[in-house]
Amino acid sequence: MAVASIQVSETPLVLYALRRADDALILGHRLSEWCGHAPMLEEDMALANMGLDLLGQARELYSYAAKVEGKGNDEDKFAYLRDIRQYRNLLLLEQPNGDFAHTMVRQLFYAGFADLYWRAMMKSGDATLAAIAAKSEKESAYHLRHSSEWMVRLGDGTEESHARAQAAIDDLWAYTGEMFAIDDSERDLIDGSVAVDPASLHPQWLKTVSDIVGEATLALPKSDWMQQGGRSGRHSEHLGHLLSELQSMQRTFPGATW
Amino acid sequence: MVTALHKDAELRQRAWNAAAEVVDPEIPVLTIADLGVLRDVTVTDGRVEVAITPTYSGCPAMNMIRVEIELALEREGFRNLEVRTVLSPAWTTDWMSDDGRRKLREYGIAPPLASSSRRALFGVEQVACPQCGSGNTEVLSEFGSTSCKALWRCKSCREPFDYFKCH
Repeated sequence: MAVASIQVSETPLVLYALRRADDALILGHRLSEWCGHAPMLEEDMALANMGLDLLGQARELYSYAAKVEGKGNDEDKFAYLRDIRQYRNLLLLEQPNGDFAHTMVRQLFYAGFADLYWRAMMKSGDATLAAIAAKSEKESAYHLRHSSEWMVRLGDGTEESHARAQAAIDDLWAYTGEMFAIDDSERDLIDGSVAVDPASLHPQWLKTVSDIVGEATLALPKSDWMQQGGRSGRHSEHLGHLLSELQSMQRTFPGATW
Repeated sequence: MVTALHKDAELRQRAWNAAAEVVDPEIPVLTIADLGVLRDVTVTDGRVEVAITPTYSGCPAMNMIRVEIELALEREGFRNLEVRTVLSPAWTTDWMSDDGRRKLREYGIAPPLASSSRRALFGVEQVACPQCGSGNTEVLSEFGSTSCKALWRCKSCREPFDYFKCH
């Protein structure tokens, strides 16, 4: 038996928290897909550990969105009972894991951003977001270090690993622009010092990523055409498949608990 | 009134002592007080409120720690109680007590270095082996058996060991 999706009152602050929560949940889920499949035991643990960090961040953000919304929703309802069009995550994060190089490039692009973003958000005028940021920035710093080391290992490794790493960069590059884009609902939050303007983080992000990619003897694409849509619920085909797995228990056995 | 306040202070000490005995389920030699996870205990009109802070956002031990605190307080006779999670200020390994660091080392886990080292983009840490004390060690995996640990190996005594990551 199917269960109906919830309604969400997307005021700017609720939407803002949901977007970041969805980022963390979807990437966390992608990383968890590696569990039992990573190329070596250490990476199996590393990817599951990072997924766990993201899941923890998602829970805090969903709970905060639920509190601000005040309509009786909670972290589980947001995660399990929204349809694909209600999900607001970045397109980058729902992209399939691909080979290990694709996962590491996705990690580098996002962790490089998250590290700067959460550090800047520690100064948010919103006390809860600032507190979540203070925890998340520490975790993001570790995730960035992990992917940086792998980029160098892959790029400056064998011919095969170099080619795969470069292919992953070329494939995922067009999804990086969405991290720095905003819309009207975020503009007021930025003006009110609740949110940071992600565009202000772009120069530093580009420098960090360029330095690492350069060290790895790889190159960033010249193209500046960027794909968008995730923030407004227009997703790639991949998210539907991910959600069907993530939500299958609650959709099949509504209200099931441990 | 004075008596009530006095009573609350006394209850607070008893509640703190009970909560402070709770150990981390993953590292049973450390209490949550050693770890700095136990932040505050308040008693107002007989109602106990315990504040704890997670080490890592997704640390699965938090649920268990919460239940253990409730049980410890109930054993002490407290019935009206709440355990709440606070995120700010964010937990750091700098809060770990010296006693906690010593206990970790004796247990075979290298204690965390100063948190100032964690920003390094590429690992530059020098961790001493908790078994033989040698500084001739190498990292095997940045992520270990729990969120808070990394896996290292000593090149002198050849023993692998857990390192409590600085955070």
